[in-house]
Amino acid sequence: MSPEDLLRELYDRTLVGNAPEVLRLTNEGLTMGMSPETLLFDSLIPSLEEVGARFERGDFFVPEMLIAGKAMAGALDVLRPLLAETGAETVGTFVMGTVKGDVHDIGKNLVNIMLEGAGFQVIDLGVQVAPERFIEAIQEHQPDIVGFSAFLTTTMPMFKANINALEKAGLRDQVLVMVGGAPVTQEYADAVGADGYAADASAAVAKAKALIAARRASATV
Amino acid sequence: METVLRSAKATVTIGHDQPFCVIGERINPTGRKAFQAELQRGDLSRVARDVEEQVAGGAMVLDVNMGAPLADEVGLMAAAVKMIQGLCDLPLCIDSSVVEALEAGLAAYDGKALVNSVTAEDERLEAVLPLVKRHGAAVIALPNDEEEIPAEPRRRLDLAKKIVDVATGRFGIPLEDIVLDPLAMPVGADTSLVQRSLETLWLIREEIGTNTTLGASNVSFGMPDRAAIGAAFLPMAAVMGLTSAIMDARSPVLVQSVKAADLLLDHDPWGAAWIAGHRRRAAAAPGPST
Repeated sequence: MSPEDLLRELYDRTLVGNAPEVLRLTNEGLTMGMSPETLLFDSLIPSLEEVGARFERGDFFVPEMLIAGKAMAGALDVLRPLLAETGAETVGTFVMGTVKGDVHDIGKNLVNIMLEGAGFQVIDLGVQVAPERFIEAIQEHQPDIVGFSAFLTTTMPMFKANINALEKAGLRDQVLVMVGGAPVTQEYADAVGADGYAADASAAVAKAKALIAARRASATV
Repeated sequence: METVLRSAKATVTIGHDQPFCVIGERINPTGRKAFQAELQRGDLSRVARDVEEQVAGGAMVLDVNMGAPLADEVGLMAAAVKMIQGLCDLPLCIDSSVVEALEAGLAAYDGKALVNSVTAEDERLEAVLPLVKRHGAAVIALPNDEEEIPAEPRRRLDLAKKIVDVATGRFGIPLEDIVLDPLAMPVGADTSLVQRSLETLWLIREEIGTNTTLGASNVSFGMPDRAAIGAAFLPMAAVMGLTSAIMDARSPVLVQSVKAADLLLDHDPWGAAWIAGHRRRAAAAPGPST
């Protein structure tokens, strides 16, 4: 198989979430001497972007998104240590969690898939994440962005509580804050002092990239 | 066991020998951006159409949820409950995770309401159950606690029993006024989840015997052709002991699926309600009769 054929095959298999084939092709590509960056950026990421686009258009459904994400995650397990060795810069690091009092995680998991698919390193803290746990994870992982997810109007106020906790811990200036979830609006995100909001998983990736780019640009001025 | 709900003029009985109780889910701003914006302005005009469509579709109880972000949920709940009572005679299900909004809805309601909901979290039990008792209402109980939404049906049953013990023992709420929710999860997220809800329903029926309800639309979340999934799920759940559901009462496919389940499970003697439903539909949509 030529490298071009392999990349096309890997793209197609990721699109339909065939985890064993995605893993096999990833290993085969590496054996052929292809770089982890090539496999990631020329096949896996574009494939996941297509999955996200189809989902937003209503052509793909939740299980298809989940299974594609799972296939991608299997390949990333192989590629991540290699990428770290080569010192390739990650797009960004994202600490993610559903806020305290809230156990909804489907939307959050879809956003995680799209973020990983776009090359972010995602540290998922799960559901019912208390402010202290967000603080600990931020101190440990030094992420570019922390994401708070809430599905209920009653748990949305935890966004503000979390941001207050960041301020108290002296971390607010070190990390960008994104919020999202079914009842959340741009207006609400602004009201609690978040840096970013997105209505769906694809938009969340675009927003995350834009926020990081803006911050890196202002840091170099 | 029978759970009796009342409005000022009407009574609805939920029970294992009763027709399946259709609780209309529509008066809820979640996922309805235009409705959210209206509620933020205090505009309840859309509610009148929601009431009309659900009554026409066959709703027997109406759920009322005013949880829009940055809106005055407490004030809106009181206003909506008053307004809806002027528009129809159906008993109401007062739905909020804000205790003050539940209180406002109950205070504005004339009858015996269903409160949606309480969980097995100690804080929620302490906050919601006294209200339920004081207003003589019935209450929907969800078997999750501070720690988890249990995956295992047995663990859900344990939490359901905990709520029942606290509600009946500490607060003196009659067992028949507790409606247990087995937790309906999206089949699209994991295709093993719905079987766990069905198993939980069976355990509740065998070991507690109360009435049950669930959010039927959850099941088909994220999937295409949702009505067909709901129409398969609801009769399955009815077999396992489900006696009501919070569901899209505007969907003829869904509502007919529970009416057919009533017929098939011998809750519709001589098929009288099923045949009457057919005649109503035939009269409303003239054409060749089948």
